[in-house]
Amino acid sequence: MTALTRPGVRLARRATTRRHGDPGRWIFFAGFLIVTFALMLPVIIIVLTAFKPASEVNAFPPTLAPHQWTLDNFRAIFSELPFGRLIANSFGFAGGVTVFALAFDSLAAYALARLDFRGSRILLIVIIASLMIPFQATLIPIYQLVSQLGWVNTFAGLIAPRAADAFGIFFLRQFFVSLPRDLDNAARIDGASEWRVFRSVVLPNAVPALLTLGIFTFVNNWNDLLWPLVFTTDQKMGTITSGLTLLTGPGGIIPQGVMMAGALIAVLPLAIMFLLVQRRFIESVASTGLK
Amino acid sequence: MTTQQLQRKRPYRPPGQIGGRTRLNGTFKRRATIVGFLAPALVILAAFVGWPMISALRLSFTDASGFGTPSFVGLANYVRVFTDSDILKAMANTALYAVLFTPVSIVVALVLALVVNSPRLPFRGFFRSTLFLPFIVSLAVAAFAWSYLLDPQIGLANYWLQAVGIRIGNVLQDPTLAMPTVVLVAVWKNFGFYMVIFLAGLQEIPKSLYEAAQLDGAGGWKRFTNVTYPMLSNTMAFVVIVAVIAALQAFDQIYVLTGGGPYRSTETIVMQIYQSGFKDLDLGFASALSYVLLIVTLLLSLVQFLFFGRRGEDTAS
Repeated sequence: MTALTRPGVRLARRATTRRHGDPGRWIFFAGFLIVTFALMLPVIIIVLTAFKPASEVNAFPPTLAPHQWTLDNFRAIFSELPFGRLIANSFGFAGGVTVFALAFDSLAAYALARLDFRGSRILLIVIIASLMIPFQATLIPIYQLVSQLGWVNTFAGLIAPRAADAFGIFFLRQFFVSLPRDLDNAARIDGASEWRVFRSVVLPNAVPALLTLGIFTFVNNWNDLLWPLVFTTDQKMGTITSGLTLLTGPGGIIPQGVMMAGALIAVLPLAIMFLLVQRRFIESVASTGLK
Repeated sequence: MTTQQLQRKRPYRPPGQIGGRTRLNGTFKRRATIVGFLAPALVILAAFVGWPMISALRLSFTDASGFGTPSFVGLANYVRVFTDSDILKAMANTALYAVLFTPVSIVVALVLALVVNSPRLPFRGFFRSTLFLPFIVSLAVAAFAWSYLLDPQIGLANYWLQAVGIRIGNVLQDPTLAMPTVVLVAVWKNFGFYMVIFLAGLQEIPKSLYEAAQLDGAGGWKRFTNVTYPMLSNTMAFVVIVAVIAALQAFDQIYVLTGGGPYRSTETIVMQIYQSGFKDLDLGFASALSYVLLIVTLLLSLVQFLFFGRRGEDTAS
């Protein structure tokens, strides 16, 4: 896709330099900046309200930015909630799912892309078909299974059911198929085992795909509400997303300023990750239409 | 998804095995290797996708409640799904949600994609990244911000709108406005994602078509209706189905903002599955409801697969 768009971008650049004097462009820019500001208002509100003192949070008339900036809300959320614990749980859950899913998905994807075997095509079709099952639909039997294993309120229960996923296998398989076979064939002629080819030839070449899938898996699980809500009945095992929701939702006991501080902390790791790899991430989301 | 890429390439035999070792030994080792690569993922998928599919179907014909031995009740749960007034209400709400969510999010996403794709806009990269930001914010967390923004007493939305003479009141407690509001939050969360998909579609339209249109004297609107829109039809149809499927699964922001109220006006199918399965422990009934959701989703996915079997060929990388 990049190869396709690059000439277009270059053309556009040339066009913009030519139009540098065009005043209409800057009116267009200013207008769209206002639209973007309006669309980003909820994010702006999270950030600014997190720094407002309690008196200003509930003040009328309301203001966007705090008059007096304070860190009280951040102090409060750590003292009033087991918030450090919730953050650790979120990292444990989303990170654990990501690590296992990347490992298991890439192994299976390698077999489907490189080890021709009877039934591989049917297996791929079954995996693609299973992509269409909404997880909400199988939640009850999964819960029963997890609770029979005694895994409710454990990381095992949160992570194991998602330790491999059909989308990841499909996504990586497509990527592996696109890698030239000459490299791994050369390694095989040198007597390398399939495991060796996988680890030393294919994986190093698949870093961009693994990174995209990894970030996507991490973001999805970090943000998931229903999953931790179902598999953790003990608040100490909740994630940031489920913990904040339970403690601050309808009839919540936590003041709104504190809630926004929590929300800001919940978004921060994802925002940082996104800023680091935004271009590649947006491009690959676009090119796969992944959800 | 692709049909072409599924086609098996010429069977590949590793060069080391041709001739060399005895065939039996080679085959066994090879099988062990294949199993080794596939086993971890397949065990997980079998246990947590395959088995639950069968198990949910079985449960849906029983009165399982988590206690005692469930007994077979035939189609009673399914009959209840289609006769219970609360469930019918939730289904109607889910349909309304999809009908509101899909066109609004698509129009917003398409307009923004056209703007950030325009060479006249300076700093396009900044706008693209910024507008994508809501997509990485959790819907539950975004819902906090919205509830504060929309608060009837201290919310900025009410305050600013009052300044121009509009009173919206307590939208989340208003039976007619609560649904549009939870839809609005979902639109806000997802438009960036759909925008990026449209952007990819826009960039695949050959520039020569626009040049030809311009030579024929077509203005901006004409170029959109005669070139852009028809050339985007595949992307459009894809986004429509993805959006409808997402709408069928509406849960997070509703759970946070309204809890299904007021007067069940924002109760959806997944809210009902959660309520009956995990609060009322009516597992058989919740499973039947889950299966109905599953079948509707599968049918929609099938439509997508039949319509866009070719889409993956151009875009999957």
